[in-house]
Amino acid sequence: INHIVHNGGLYKRPFNEAFEETPMLVAVLTYVGYGVLTLFGYLRDFMRQWKIEKCQNATEREEQKDFVPLYQDFENFYNRNLYMRIRDSWNRPICSVPGAKVDMMERVSHDYNWTFTYTGRVIKDIINMGSYNYLGFAQKTGACQEAAAKVLAQYGAGVCSTRQEMGNLDKHEELEKLVARFLGVESAMAYGMGFATNSMNIPALVGKGCLILSDELNHASLVLGARLSGATIRIFKHNNMQSLEKLLKDAIVHGQPRTRRPWKKILILVEGIYSMEGSIVRLPEVIALKKKYKSYLYLDEAHSIGALGPSGRGVVEYFGLNPEDVDVMMGTFTKSFGAAGGYIGGKKELIDYLRTYSHSAAYATSMSPPVVEQIITSVKCIMGEDGTTVGEARVQQLAENTRYFRRRLKEMGFIIYGNEDSPVVPLMLYMPAKIGAFGREMLKRNIGVVVVGFPATPIIESRARFCLSAAHTKEMLDTALKEINEVGDLLQLKYSRRRLVPLLDRPFDETTYEETED
Amino acid sequence: MEGRSPPSYLYWLFCQFELITCSYLMEPWEKVLFYSFNLALLGLLLYTTYACVAFHAGSAFQLLGSFLGNPRENALSVVK
Repeated sequence: INHIVHNGGLYKRPFNEAFEETPMLVAVLTYVGYGVLTLFGYLRDFMRQWKIEKCQNATEREEQKDFVPLYQDFENFYNRNLYMRIRDSWNRPICSVPGAKVDMMERVSHDYNWTFTYTGRVIKDIINMGSYNYLGFAQKTGACQEAAAKVLAQYGAGVCSTRQEMGNLDKHEELEKLVARFLGVESAMAYGMGFATNSMNIPALVGKGCLILSDELNHASLVLGARLSGATIRIFKHNNMQSLEKLLKDAIVHGQPRTRRPWKKILILVEGIYSMEGSIVRLPEVIALKKKYKSYLYLDEAHSIGALGPSGRGVVEYFGLNPEDVDVMMGTFTKSFGAAGGYIGGKKELIDYLRTYSHSAAYATSMSPPVVEQIITSVKCIMGEDGTTVGEARVQQLAENTRYFRRRLKEMGFIIYGNEDSPVVPLMLYMPAKIGAFGREMLKRNIGVVVVGFPATPIIESRARFCLSAAHTKEMLDTALKEINEVGDLLQLKYSRRRLVPLLDRPFDETTYEETED
Repeated sequence: MEGRSPPSYLYWLFCQFELITCSYLMEPWEKVLFYSFNLALLGLLLYTTYACVAFHAGSAFQLLGSFLGNPRENALSVVK
């Protein structure tokens, strides 16, 4: 609110992002909870080893007991003793289209989540706060579904080849031209899987002798792509432009580690919206830095395409910037378009290079035609080219839903991370028992939420992540908010101390340890 | 919250204890083990309080009482 701008007026609109600090008591109690569970974990492991208790998890065979142990590390310990206890909140089978409301198959466990049995009953009309359905295109009726059904009748479902061999359909060409026009870039290429788009194309763009500057909280696909490429990777603090500038300066001044030669390429990897934090990248500053230090920018708009910006064109439009400033614009069709797959957009030379040299183009099967048609129809709907204003209405509805939901949750007293305009809303839970309790209590009240714990988040910062949708009506949001309020009182989740913490905008130096000023 | 009766408030407090110490997630025999350990520790704490602190508290009250009762004589004997 009292946000002093030191970045030269690059932002045309206020940038309200907040990550309230964990209250000390809550952190201590969370550690107490984990401590108790760890002790009981050791007890159970002891009992399993000495055959007092039946061992239901994976172990080595008798002949392999003297080999290097496979299941002794912390990840497996966590899996056996902590994850198993709350496992019923994940992998819940749904049996309808994941729209604003979803049907779920009821399941029970008689041996404390080691095995599940289905009762046969279907829980109907659960308010879906977990699906990445930002613009509500996950529908089984409507223009998209009809077009996809027609294309299915014409082309079938399988493509049976890779893009470079016999899998390049005219539908793919049409899709790529449309995506390029939608984003405002010269050319684009679409791939069958969003994760594979990142992990298979970053190795094609950078190699040994290049430098990758990647955000702390980047997605696993970006991390995997960066590691596969063989380039040197340096991490900068999440969304912290001072940290990024320091790394860039060091890279230009010192060059490569031993030989001191200049780096062949410097690539900055950022995401549009970070799905675990709900934060939006500081794109104007990143672009200013990129231009100053002559490096390249790879923007992963998996969650922000379709969800941000007045006409849904993503984080570049949200900040009012030029799409030509971003060298590689990557995104996925999974979240806002109700389909599957990813794309990369940029200059024509870049995309032509990727068509030849990308692993995904050479080895992965190309996109299925009905999925391509779903994307084409939804993109045309968002752009308004199908003759209606449905797309525009959806984008505005999502923005309204986001603002309303976030405001109401903050007023109730929960700790909510992230930017005011991001449709991903993480609500902090912290304690391990509350992760399981929150998921179960919300399901009892007919609301489906996604709860996240270690290893997707730091071990004490577990959260419940709500994904808002344009398909949610105000009544649905009000119902959901009422239930969240009730569960919040029941489980004592309203940790917020309501102190507005201004973001640290003064220069970051070695003496600055805290992100926030107290 | 105000309309709750004492028994259900105590139950709610117990639920909070269960959530914080993660005994909400434990199987029944683990709960028995955990609660009996906690109760044993609490009992030990209370006994220690009764045995040691009570003795010191008693002697402190005696001293205070002697100050208030007979200021001249006992004050001299205490100062020595």
